[in-house]
Amino acid sequence: MKYALFLGCTVPVRALNYEVSARKVAHKLNIEFVDINDFSCCGFPVKSVDRDTFLLMAAKNLSLAEEKGLDICSLCSACTSVLTEANKELKEDEDLRKGINKELSVLGRKYEGRIKVKHFARILYEDVGLDKIRENLRVDLSKFSFAAHYGCHYLKPSEIYEGFDDPENPKTLDELIELTGAKSIPYEDKKGCCGGGILGIDEMTALKVAKTKLDHVKSAGADAVCLICPFCSIMYEGSQKKMEREFEAEYNLPVLYYPQILGLALGIPQDELGFRMNRVKPREIIAQLS
Amino acid sequence: MSENEEKIIKVNELNPNFKYEIQAQPGGENITRCFACGTCSAACPVREVNEKYNPRKIIRMALLGMKERVLSSDFIWLCSSCYTCYERCPQDVRITELMNAMKNIAVKEGYIHPSFVAQMEALNSHGRLYEMGEFDNKKRVKVGLPPIEETAEDTKKLFKQEGVDKLIEFKEGG
Repeated sequence: MKYALFLGCTVPVRALNYEVSARKVAHKLNIEFVDINDFSCCGFPVKSVDRDTFLLMAAKNLSLAEEKGLDICSLCSACTSVLTEANKELKEDEDLRKGINKELSVLGRKYEGRIKVKHFARILYEDVGLDKIRENLRVDLSKFSFAAHYGCHYLKPSEIYEGFDDPENPKTLDELIELTGAKSIPYEDKKGCCGGGILGIDEMTALKVAKTKLDHVKSAGADAVCLICPFCSIMYEGSQKKMEREFEAEYNLPVLYYPQILGLALGIPQDELGFRMNRVKPREIIAQLS
Repeated sequence: MSENEEKIIKVNELNPNFKYEIQAQPGGENITRCFACGTCSAACPVREVNEKYNPRKIIRMALLGMKERVLSSDFIWLCSSCYTCYERCPQDVRITELMNAMKNIAVKEGYIHPSFVAQMEALNSHGRLYEMGEFDNKKRVKVGLPPIEETAEDTKKLFKQEGVDKLIEFKEGG
C-alpha cells in the first residue's frame, strides 16, 4: 500500500506529533508514504476568496500525485475535503477541467483525474481494515476512554465522500478507537464543530464554539479527546489554556491524535509517538501504561 | 440615525438583481430555493454562541437585494464551513457554498476580510499558510521528520495570473 502523503500547511509546522505518529503507525502497518516536496497549500483558504484559484491550487497538488501514479493520503480533514471536492468536480465537469487545465499550463502542469484522495483514518478503516489492524495489536488500552471528535470535513459535505460513513451518525472513528480495547464514550454534541474555521475572523466566537465541546467531553469523563485534524487540535489543545482563562474553566484535558492512540496499541514505544509535543501532557495515560 | 431608522428596509435602496448575481457565482445557484425554514440557523454552531451570524437572515437579506449590507458586513465571514446546515437543508440551498459564493463576490467588490488578506499574503510568500523556515526544519529533523524545502513559486504564479496578488497589494497600499 503506497500513498503520496499530503501534509498541507498546519501539520508540518504545528502538528509534528500527528505527523510523527502517523508515519510510525503507517510503517508498522506496511503503508508506504511518498513525500512530494512541491505539494503546497491545498487551496482551502482561497475558496473564500476566489473559487478558480482554489481549484487551480487543488488541481496542481492533485497533478503532482498523478505524475507519480499515487493516491493521496491526507492527515488534515480540511485538505481531504477540498482536494476531494476539486477532484470530483474536475473529473465530472469536462468544460471546467479544460478551463482549469488551460490556466494550469502556466505551471507546465495538467490535471487528468487519475487518482483518489483519502483521509488517513479512512485509509486505516477501508484500505488496511480493522481485522488487519487487530492482528498487529500488542497493548490493551481497555482502561481508557476517549471522546471521538470527528470534526467537520472528514465526512462533510457527504456528497463528495461516496457514502463513506454517515455524518449524522458516524461510527468509523469510534470503531477505530474501540479496536484498541479503549472505550469510545458517548457525549453530547459529538458531531460539533471545533470553531477553527473562524479563529482568524473572530477569536472569541471560535473559542466559544470550542468550549461547548470541551465542556461536554469533560463532563462525560473522558481520559482524552481523540481527533484526526490538526486544526481541531489547535482549538482544543492549543487554545485550551486560553479558554480556561477566558471562561474561568478548568479542563486539563489531553487531546490526542488517533495515530498516537493506535500507536500505543500497536506497541510502538511512547517516546516515538510525539507525546512530548502535546501541549496538555497526557501524564496519567502514560503513567498507567508504564 | 435612530435605531429604528437603521432597521427599516427601504425598498428603493434594494437591488433586485443581487440574487441573480449570486446565482451566477458557482455555489450560489440554489439561493432562490430557500423557504426560510430556519433549519440552517437552528443547526449552526456559530449561531449558537454569536447572534451576529444567522444564515437564515443572511439569505433573506440577499434575496431581498440588500447587496451593500450583505457584502460589507462581517457576518458572511463568520461561517465556519462546518457543513452542518448544508447536510440538513431540506431545499438543498447548499448554504456553505452559498456563503463562499457571497464571499467571492464581496472580494470582487472590494470587501475582503483582513484576515484573508493576511492568509493570501502568507500563501503568496511561502506557498503554505506558515513559513517553513530553518528553525522549523531543525525541529522536524530533531523528531525524525524529513525537512521540507519551501516552494512558493507555483502559488505566486497562480496568484499573479488570477489577480489574487492585487488583493495583497491593495492592503499594502493602505
